[in-house]
Amino acid sequence: MTEKFEPVIVGFTCNWCSYRAADAAGTARMKYAPNVRLIRLMCSGRLDPSFVIKAFATGADGVMISGCHPGDCHYISQNYKALRRYLLLRRTLAGFGIEPGRVKLVWASAAEGLKLTEEINAFVEEVRALGPLNWPKWDGAAEVFESELAPHIATEVPA
Amino acid sequence: MSDEKKTPKEKIGVYVCHCGTNISAVVDVEGVRDWVQKNMAGDGVVIARDYKFMCSSLGQELIEKDIKELGLTRVVVAACSPHLHEKTFRTAAENAGLNPYLTELVSIREQISWVHTDKAVATAKAKSLVAGTVKRVVNNEALEKLKVPINANTLVVGGGIAGIQAALEIANGGFHVYLVEREPSLGGHMAQFDKTFPTLDCSACILTPRMVEAGTHPNITVLTWSEVTNVSGYIGNFSVTIKKKSRCVNEELCTGCGICIEKCPKKVIDDTFEAGLGYRKVIYTPFAQAVPNFPVLDQPNCTYFEKGTCKACEKFCPTNAIDFTQQDQILNVEVGNIILATGYDLFDASRMTNYGYGRLANVYSSLEFERMSNSSGPTNGHIVLRDGKTKPETVGIIHCVGSRDKNFNNHCSAICCMQSLKFAHLVKEHTGATVYEFYIDMRTPAKSYDEFYQRIIDEGTVFVRGKVAEISDIPRIPDEEGKLIIQVEDTLVGKQRRIPVDMVILSNGLEPRADAKQVGKLFGISCSSDGWYIERHPKLDPVTTMTEGILIAGCASGPKDIPASVSQGAAAAARVMDKILQKEVELEPVRATIDEDKCSGCRICNNMCPFSAILYIEDKGVTRVNPALCQGCGTCIAACPAGAISGTGFSDEQILAQIDGILMAV
Repeated sequence: MTEKFEPVIVGFTCNWCSYRAADAAGTARMKYAPNVRLIRLMCSGRLDPSFVIKAFATGADGVMISGCHPGDCHYISQNYKALRRYLLLRRTLAGFGIEPGRVKLVWASAAEGLKLTEEINAFVEEVRALGPLNWPKWDGAAEVFESELAPHIATEVPA
Repeated sequence: MSDEKKTPKEKIGVYVCHCGTNISAVVDVEGVRDWVQKNMAGDGVVIARDYKFMCSSLGQELIEKDIKELGLTRVVVAACSPHLHEKTFRTAAENAGLNPYLTELVSIREQISWVHTDKAVATAKAKSLVAGTVKRVVNNEALEKLKVPINANTLVVGGGIAGIQAALEIANGGFHVYLVEREPSLGGHMAQFDKTFPTLDCSACILTPRMVEAGTHPNITVLTWSEVTNVSGYIGNFSVTIKKKSRCVNEELCTGCGICIEKCPKKVIDDTFEAGLGYRKVIYTPFAQAVPNFPVLDQPNCTYFEKGTCKACEKFCPTNAIDFTQQDQILNVEVGNIILATGYDLFDASRMTNYGYGRLANVYSSLEFERMSNSSGPTNGHIVLRDGKTKPETVGIIHCVGSRDKNFNNHCSAICCMQSLKFAHLVKEHTGATVYEFYIDMRTPAKSYDEFYQRIIDEGTVFVRGKVAEISDIPRIPDEEGKLIIQVEDTLVGKQRRIPVDMVILSNGLEPRADAKQVGKLFGISCSSDGWYIERHPKLDPVTTMTEGILIAGCASGPKDIPASVSQGAAAAARVMDKILQKEVELEPVRATIDEDKCSGCRICNNMCPFSAILYIEDKGVTRVNPALCQGCGTCIAACPAGAISGTGFSDEQILAQIDGILMAV
């Protein structure tokens, strides 16, 4: 009997909509898969794509990004910027050989606790189907940086 | 962000809350405490404690004591959502001399104990989230709140009873209010009603004094026939553009004598105020007590605008106030706070085709009935059929039209039961007819409401519990000839019934305004899935929104009766006064800052900011952020290819460390 694979998922949520949707889901005691661990950002536009890479490199099997519905952004239009970065990021990940399905963008308003939990449950199953990411573990990055990259970066600092 | 802060030299206190059993029933609180104590000492955790209620004064004292005695430099509280108690714990830390922004809250209740059931998994997740926040808090910086002066003027949008109340409260407190109303007069829906439940006060008698007070108040600028077209800025400093539509009447000269209305030769159906039951002139005030009482010329219907002749109004105006060339005016006002009291739309009953509204002549909407029973209405208060003379002998009143119905709106419109009872009383009083009420559930919870229900029962109204299936004019037996037949399942008897009546009154539900979403966008607030504006907290903060400085009152946030709308108007006003009296407003110091040494002047960030907070300095070749305009979304930070922008409160260092922490092996 093999044990069911439990994916680890990091979720980046907007402070104004989906983080509050998670609060709403909690208040209403809606049960959902415990695989997701949320990090609060002020806006989905704050999501630096390198956070996603970092999460994968540190052990996440999937990353969920959630923001306000198009047109409802607390900061007017920043969720569109998140959308652009998301689409680019998926292509970049595909180039690395990582299934684009390991990243998911979800729109969930503060009122949509139920929607958020359904999206989380669905995403957990999708990532479960993809299996563990098995990001290669190699800790020589700092060494390479020191020996090869750092001198070049130092020369770029303007006088 | 400086390097020394990254070294695990901080002294961190971690506090895990049981929240009674809200958390401890699912999460092994002591287990989390011990794990943190044991595994995170290297990150600087010097003490980990658990307590029954961290938010209690004893819980807060625990933190304050540790800060003073153990010299804590960072605090992590694992309890409820930061939206609930972040302020509580930050204030506690501040009281003990620690900068409030060095305290973080981890939501292990909303995100774990309330939504997961497996104790082992939930406890492991709690450890991960706490670890993430411990690693994050090490990178937190001490921040100072930004203080900006607050403009003492207020904008109130919507001149119904909620908006009028809010405007009067603030104006009486000595501060200026701009009261903007889309229609030609203040008054809103309340001005259309005849009586108000449960007291049966005449609606106009209690409303018009308030309208006049608002209209003449030295601290209120009333702008009717006007709409807000643009809003920019933030709490304390909003710039608002208002379009004052052309009335073709010079308000400086007009005395409101009404001669132009009398002389205007053209009548059109009044779809707005008279709900399509009556007529109005092309130059008109919606009703006799309108505030202000300057008429509005309905340009699309005016003979002069259509054919170039007539000008009767101009000819007879004793003060030469008619101005056919008048243009829309654009006004700019500066305000510190904005109250939205934009009200509701009535559910369009013709969408429920089985009730025949719009097809069967003697099926009336609630608003039509209000106008009909109003003595200044189109029938002079006579309750008659569409032929204009026949008094009905039997009347059916149907509840929940478009409310509590999966096909239309799930919500209860809150006012329809009481409104229907009022209708039953008025029908009886005016006509002596037999009245049937068809209800699903009777909801009469407020003061004196159930007593009113009892009174209507005692008056002999027949109550049938069941949702009406259909209203038809096709008779099956001679008694049904010429009648409207109401087909309903009487659920108390358990039988289908066909009840012939002369007149049907529908109790239309309340819906969000058709343009609520666009208006919300204009002011930067959002609607819930059913279309009403979302309150900051549905119970504890019902008149504020997620956007600081934008408040909501009355039916804008959901169906309400008059007392509730008035209360909300006053509550929103109190909130605004509170802000004005503080003279300056504190803004969260979550802001972007640019390290000019690292900025290459590529200007990629310049297009990222929707608030124009990012400025390119030509001569220095770098970009700067204006902290007063920056709202702290962080989009520019994520866009900067040089990593030159950092965000206070949500820096890369904080977030990357948090990722490390939440993915730690537990």
